[in-house]
Amino acid sequence: MNRSTQTRQRLAGATLLGLLLFFSPVLTLFDKATEWAGIPVSYLYLFGIWLALILLAAWTVEGRQH
Amino acid sequence: MLTTTIVVVASLGYLGLLFAIAYWADRRADQKRSVISNATIYALSLAVYCTAWTFYGSVGRAAATGIGFLPIYIGPTLIAALWGTLLLKIVRVSKSQRITSIADFIASRYGKSHLLGGLVTVIAVLGIVPYIALQLKAISRSFTILLTYPDVTMPNPADSLPLLQDTTLYVALLLAAFTILFGTRHLDASERHEGMVAAIAFESIVKLIAFLSVGIFVTYQLHDGFTDLFDKAETAGILNPLIIDGMNGYENWFALTLLSALAVMMLPRQFQVAVVENSSEQHLRRAVWLFPLYLFLINIFVIPIALAGQLTFTGQNVDADTFVLTLPMAHHQSALTLLVFLGGMSAATGMVIVETIALSTMVCNDLVMPVLLKRWKRIPPDADLSQLLLRIRRGAIILILLLGFLYFRLAGEAYALVSIGLISFSAVAQFAPALIIGLYWRGGTRSGALAGLLSGFVIWMYTLLLPSFAKSGWLPVGLLEHGPFAVELLKPQALFGLSGLNEITHCLFWSMTFNIGAYLLFSLWRTPRVDEATQASLFVDALKNQQFLGIGLWRGTAEVKELLHLAERFLGVERAKHLFQRFARRRKLHDINQLPADAETVHFAETLLAGAIGSASARVMVSSVTTEETLGMDEVLNILDEASQIRSYSKELEQKSHQLEAATRELKEANERLQELDRLKDDFMSSVTHELRTPLASIRAFSEILNDDPDLPLNERQRFLGIIVNETKRLSRLVNQVLDLAKIESGRADWNAEDVDLLEVVEEALAATEQLFADHGTRVDRELPERPCVVTGDRDRLMQVLLNLLSNANKYVPQNTGVVTVNLRSNHENYEVSVADNGPGIAAEELPNIFEKFRQAASTSNKPIGTGLGLPISKKILAHLGGEIWAESGEEKGAIFTFALPKKKESCMTSGGANVKDYSNRG
Repeated sequence: MNRSTQTRQRLAGATLLGLLLFFSPVLTLFDKATEWAGIPVSYLYLFGIWLALILLAAWTVEGRQH
Repeated sequence: MLTTTIVVVASLGYLGLLFAIAYWADRRADQKRSVISNATIYALSLAVYCTAWTFYGSVGRAAATGIGFLPIYIGPTLIAALWGTLLLKIVRVSKSQRITSIADFIASRYGKSHLLGGLVTVIAVLGIVPYIALQLKAISRSFTILLTYPDVTMPNPADSLPLLQDTTLYVALLLAAFTILFGTRHLDASERHEGMVAAIAFESIVKLIAFLSVGIFVTYQLHDGFTDLFDKAETAGILNPLIIDGMNGYENWFALTLLSALAVMMLPRQFQVAVVENSSEQHLRRAVWLFPLYLFLINIFVIPIALAGQLTFTGQNVDADTFVLTLPMAHHQSALTLLVFLGGMSAATGMVIVETIALSTMVCNDLVMPVLLKRWKRIPPDADLSQLLLRIRRGAIILILLLGFLYFRLAGEAYALVSIGLISFSAVAQFAPALIIGLYWRGGTRSGALAGLLSGFVIWMYTLLLPSFAKSGWLPVGLLEHGPFAVELLKPQALFGLSGLNEITHCLFWSMTFNIGAYLLFSLWRTPRVDEATQASLFVDALKNQQFLGIGLWRGTAEVKELLHLAERFLGVERAKHLFQRFARRRKLHDINQLPADAETVHFAETLLAGAIGSASARVMVSSVTTEETLGMDEVLNILDEASQIRSYSKELEQKSHQLEAATRELKEANERLQELDRLKDDFMSSVTHELRTPLASIRAFSEILNDDPDLPLNERQRFLGIIVNETKRLSRLVNQVLDLAKIESGRADWNAEDVDLLEVVEEALAATEQLFADHGTRVDRELPERPCVVTGDRDRLMQVLLNLLSNANKYVPQNTGVVTVNLRSNHENYEVSVADNGPGIAAEELPNIFEKFRQAASTSNKPIGTGLGLPISKKILAHLGGEIWAESGEEKGAIFTFALPKKKESCMTSGGANVKDYSNRG
């Protein structure tokens, strides 16, 4: 019970982090017409953050089952 | 070569496979060996979110706007992280009330209102129709395009064809037939469709594999990876990586994400798979990340395909919505083309099946049933209602698909796939305030929900649906350009002069403003009524444990036979009997006839019916066969209050009793300690007086002799006076020691903390007692090191301890043959000083008490030699200096008293063993 509350709070924290990275001026820092390793930096940023959030959620949920 | 025959056979074969999977899963479910009771399958079934919109439309959107397709998937990712609380609550409420659709859920929350359920259903059906049209359009277009393989030609607009030649119509009818087979084979009490879920999960895998295959083919076969593709796109000038450009401003970026986050929970089909079909709350955990991961994977290749399509079909009239299909076609990949077609069909059929099943349940339970119930008296009482329900649902499925087809004919060609889908998203988002706020706020009322939903829905129709008809030419375009009756402020796409947003953001802002505004305004206007308050508290407190509260709120008279009969009419005789039997067994009764007609049974019957006909209708039906006493608002509030008060009271009580227990325990311990101390004090007092009395008695006796007999010879007189002097000395020593001990114990003694060389103290003590030992004829062996052994302590006190130990040893060793060994050694962090004698030793049973006051090793000698306070004082001194003292003994080797003191830091680093060896035989 205690642990699941903690997991829920961590997930809510991940949501807040996502909101910050996707919907704050932070986004504009990466919304530029430059490329990293041949890929537009905005694409790299969006997909990278997206995957990172998913992995964070997965780690939060599955990493504490055992 | 792909011929029409191959395509048709493959399509039908695929549908057949789906049906086989569903059939197999249903069979397994009947055998209680569910295949879908699995967290991964649950997450895959949620991926019914990805429809033809995702499969074909995302690429079209990406070609037009760059990143503009992405918010639709980021929204669900963000809200999925909150499912652990939000969705869990919805699932738990739905399970306990047997809720079967989102309309039922909202109607239930606001007091099982028929009106509200009906409104939600109407909004859902009208809102989802464009979405279904989108799927039909995707299937029929991909089919038509495929027929010209390998030439890529865009089909003519469907509305140019006569109705009966339109493939879309046949697709719609085929899907209707298929859905009927799937979802309405029998009426299920819990309204769960295991077979359907298994098929949907399978379809999710197929569409993902198909899309990834095209993506890999395009990115790595046609081009040289991502970098190469982006380079070529940039050279061609079609790369548009800026978010702000693609979205036409960050507010649209935010609005679309919010919209999709709401839609992923409010879409009837998502509610169906996520809530109604959920078989275990545990499955939510994996969905939290696996569902977003699925969305991530299916989107990785969207931009590459969009760019590759634009590069390949430069200057040709090829719709970007078809790139996923036309790219493999143009490169003559027949197998891949067929896979893509089937993938697209998976995406579309999955959505259509689940959505129409969900909608048909809503239409049946929340639109048709209420009307039927009003005409209840005219239906022959022996009509088979379960068959009737099935027929209503089948009719609803056909109707919904035909409506979808109609919308497609009317408006479908004017919009890209994604735009059509967004219209539907905006419609179902209207449910969010009533559902989500209602889940956390008791104050939301039925009229608030009705007003909110209605105003949001009207704004949606005015700002999105109306323009979609106007753009298709079914309404005058002037309506959009100048507003109705040329009132500029009422222009549907710039309401009240708000412009600069895209039409979805515009609609979302105004509809949500009016929706939430009306909801709050009407809710705050009036306090909730009885039934609303009851349901509100069941929903809001769902995560607290109060499953029996719903039962406590019914009072009246009923007959089990009537209830059973009612259930039989809707569920079928056998099924109803079976379920009642199971309920009876759960209540530890043998037979249905033994069931008492109490609140619990009525509650059971009502939830059972709710599964089949919706909660509002179930309440009406049950009250038609029972006589319910109407509870007043006060009564209901009392029951609710009582329940919550009892809960909090019992919690408080529990806490209090824990505290009391702890306090009692502490008090008991303290009391025991006090009693012990009291006893010790008494003992001490009696010991002290006893010790005082002995010398006093002898002093008195000898004084009396001296007093009474003046003729005593001088030598006798001398001897008696000597005894008196000795006894007086002993008496004053005793008094001094008692005072000393009292001082130490009370903490009033003065202590010096200085560096003391133990070696020096030992030598000094030995020097001071040299005469004592010599008088007694005792030999003293010294085992002392050469280096100073510095400790921090009080020099005089340590001297006192040593003198005490030495004089004790001297007292107990035999006259003239006594040997006392003094040893000082270093031992890890301590110095240890021991004084050993060859006296009688201490009996094992005396050892533990040797340091207590007035406990001398008296058993060996009738006359106590000391005061009995020396050792207790030594123990106190060492305890104060941070050391310890102990005694060892064997009957033969005499007694060994040892005390240890911690070394002063950074001094005397030699190890103890060496010390002892080197200096042992010095004495």
